[in-house]
Amino acid sequence: MTAYLDHGATTPLRPAVFAAMEPWLTEQFGNPSGSHAFARRAKQAVEESRDVMAEVLGCRPAEVIFTSGGTEADNLAVLGARGKGTVVCSAIEHDAVLAATRSVEHRIAAATRAGTIDLDSLAGVLDDSVTVVSIMLVNNEVGTVQPLADVADLLSSKAPNAVLHTDAVAAFPWLDVATAAGCASLVSVTAHKFGGPKGVGALVARDVTLAARQLGGGQERGVRSGTLNVAGIIGMATAARITADTRPATARRVARLRDRLADGLIESVPGCTETAKRIEQVPGNCHVRFDGIENEALLFLLDEAGICASAGSACASGAMEPSHVLTAMGLSNAEALSSIRFTLGHTTTEDEVDLALKALPDAVARLRKA
Amino acid sequence: MRVMCAMSGGVDSSVAAAMLLEEGHDVTGVTLKLWGGASDSGCCSVSDVEDARRVAQQLGIAHHVFNFGEDFDRDVVDLYVSEHAASRTPNPCIECNRSIKFARLLERARALGFEALATGHHATVVTDSTGHLRVGRGADMQKDQSYVLHMLEQSQLVSTMFPVGSITKAEVRRRAGARGLRTAQKAESQEVCFIAGGSAGRRAFLGDRIGLTPSRVVDTAGNELGRVPARELVTLGQRRGLAVGGAGEPRYVVDIDAAGDTITVGRPEDLLADTTPLGTVTWSADPLVGGTPVLVQTSAHGHPASAVFRENAVSWDDARPRVAPGQSVVFYDSTNQFVLGGAPAA
Repeated sequence: MTAYLDHGATTPLRPAVFAAMEPWLTEQFGNPSGSHAFARRAKQAVEESRDVMAEVLGCRPAEVIFTSGGTEADNLAVLGARGKGTVVCSAIEHDAVLAATRSVEHRIAAATRAGTIDLDSLAGVLDDSVTVVSIMLVNNEVGTVQPLADVADLLSSKAPNAVLHTDAVAAFPWLDVATAAGCASLVSVTAHKFGGPKGVGALVARDVTLAARQLGGGQERGVRSGTLNVAGIIGMATAARITADTRPATARRVARLRDRLADGLIESVPGCTETAKRIEQVPGNCHVRFDGIENEALLFLLDEAGICASAGSACASGAMEPSHVLTAMGLSNAEALSSIRFTLGHTTTEDEVDLALKALPDAVARLRKA
Repeated sequence: MRVMCAMSGGVDSSVAAAMLLEEGHDVTGVTLKLWGGASDSGCCSVSDVEDARRVAQQLGIAHHVFNFGEDFDRDVVDLYVSEHAASRTPNPCIECNRSIKFARLLERARALGFEALATGHHATVVTDSTGHLRVGRGADMQKDQSYVLHMLEQSQLVSTMFPVGSITKAEVRRRAGARGLRTAQKAESQEVCFIAGGSAGRRAFLGDRIGLTPSRVVDTAGNELGRVPARELVTLGQRRGLAVGGAGEPRYVVDIDAAGDTITVGRPEDLLADTTPLGTVTWSADPLVGGTPVLVQTSAHGHPASAVFRENAVSWDDARPRVAPGQSVVFYDSTNQFVLGGAPAA
C-alpha cells in the first residue's frame, strides 16, 4: 500500500477528466485555428471550456487566456503587465513569480512568521512607480491563505498605477477563486493541481493590457500565440467544473483527514511542530517539522515505506534545497531543513493518513538515534 | 547486503553499481549535489546527475539525490580557499572523501539502514596480517586512488566497498559497454570539480573570494627576475607560469613567503630536502612508532619512495624535492600494497 500525500506537487487525473479528454486526443484532432469541420468542432469545445473557466474564475470568457500552466501564466501576468514600471511581490511567492519579478526592476515585500505577507513591509515598498503587485492567494508550501483584500486596499491608496496579480495555483482546489481573487486583475491557475492534466493553465486578465511574451499566429487575442492544447483545455475545464461543484464537501472531508494527520503526528512524535496555524491554512496542507532530523533522510525512509511527501523544492538535479518560504518566514536553516510537507487532496483516504501515522514515529526515531 | 552506491554519473561508479547488483546485493544509487556554482562541467552538474539517474534506471535500482552543498561549501570549498590564501596547496578530493563521502554520506547511509557504502574509486579494502582493514592499491596502478582515500579508518573501512578496484579501467569501460551503460565512453572528470576553466578559472575563483597578492619573483641571491599577479596561485616546486622565461636552465619555485610578496626560484637541487615535516597523521589502524621504515607517496599518481617515519616528519633515504605544504604524504606498507596512514606536509 502506498500513501500519496503530495497533492501540492500534482494531483491524480480525475477519471471523468480523462474520459472528457480522450476523444480530443484521438478522433477529434482538429486545430481550432482552422476553418473546416474538424477545426470548428475543436474551436467550439475550446470556447465551451473557456466559458466554464470564466464561470469558476469569476470573469468574462474573453478575459481567460489559456497557457501551458502556472509558470507561464505567472510570467505573462508579471512581465506582460509591467510596462516600464517596478514589480513588487512577496518573499514567499512561488519561484515562477519570484524569478520573473527578479528579472526586472523590482522590490520584494517581507513575510511574517505566520506565513503571510507582511502588510507593513508591503506598504513600505509601494509607490506610484509600481505597475504590478503579485501576491499569491494561498502559499504552496505552508498552505497559508493570504490577505488579498487587504493587499488590494493598500494598492488603491499607495500604488495607484499598479494592477494586482494573484497566483491562485495552490488556492483553486480549496477556495472559491471567483470570490477570493475577485479583487485581483490577474489570476493564475494550473490544471494539474486540481485533477486535470499537466501542461495546461489559465490566466485571467481583467481590464489589463498585456504585452505578449510569445509571438506567432496570434492565438488568444494575440497575447499568447501557439496552437491551443485542445485536449488539455477540455481536461482543465472538466476538472475545474468538478472541483468547483465538489469543493465544499471535499474541503470538509479533507480537513478532517488533515486534522487526523497533524494531531496524530503531534501526539505520536516528540518534537513535532506545525509550521502554520490550521485556521489560516487550506484544508489539504499539513506542514510540520521534526526537531533534529534532516528532511532529505526522512523523505528517503518515507519513500521506502510507500509514503510520498515533499520538502522545500527540488532543484534541477532533483536535490532538496532549503525552502525560501520557510527562510523568509524567519525559520532557522536547521528548522527549514527539518520541515516536511504533506499535502492531501481529492483522492486522499483515511488509510493513507494512517499509513503515514504508522510509519513516521519509527522513521523519526531511527534518524534521531543514528 | 543492503548497499548504497555513490554514483557520480561517471563510468566507474556506474560499473560499480552494476557489479554490486550482479554480486547479489540490494543496491540503491545516490548522487550528491555538492556544488551549485557556475561550474556546470563539475562533478555534480545537472547532466551528470541525469547520467547517474539513467544508469540507475537501466540497472533497475532506486536512485536518490542528496544535497550536501552546505557541508561541501564549509568543509571543502572554504578550506580550499583558506589553504590557498595561506600559500598552501590543498587537495579538495581528499577533503571531500574525508568530510563528505566517508563522513556525512556514510553516516546518512547507516542512518537509513544500509550496511555498506560503495564508491567507484580504484582502490580495494584488504585485510592485513594482523586482521586490520586497509585501503589497498587498485588493480590498475595507472588509476590507483588509494592516495586520496588514505584517511579511512577501521570504523569507515568496515562498511566501505570499492567494486571496481579489482579491475582495470579498460575493463571498467569494457563492462560498461557490454552492459550498454550510457556512461561507457564518458570522459574522465577534471581535477577540481567546482572550478571550470583551468588555471584562469582558478584565478577567477580565488580572486572572487580572497585578495590576490602581486608578488616579486627573485632568485636565490635576491635579484628580482619578474612579477606574478597572485602569490596564492603559486605552488612550491612549480616551474611554469612564473614570468621568468628565457634561456638557461629551468627554474623552480623553492620558497614562497606566505606573509609577504616574495617568491624565490632556483635550480632543481635548491628544492631538495632530506626530511618533510608533517601535520597531524591519520592512521588506518595502529600508529607507527618513530624510526619505522616506510614507503611514502606524495602525490596522487607519484611513485613511492623509501623513507623512515619520525613522529613529526619523514626522513627520505635519498634527498627529494620538497613537498608543497598542504599536499598529502601517504605511508604504504613495505610491499607497497596498502595504506598505513597519511598526513599533510607541514
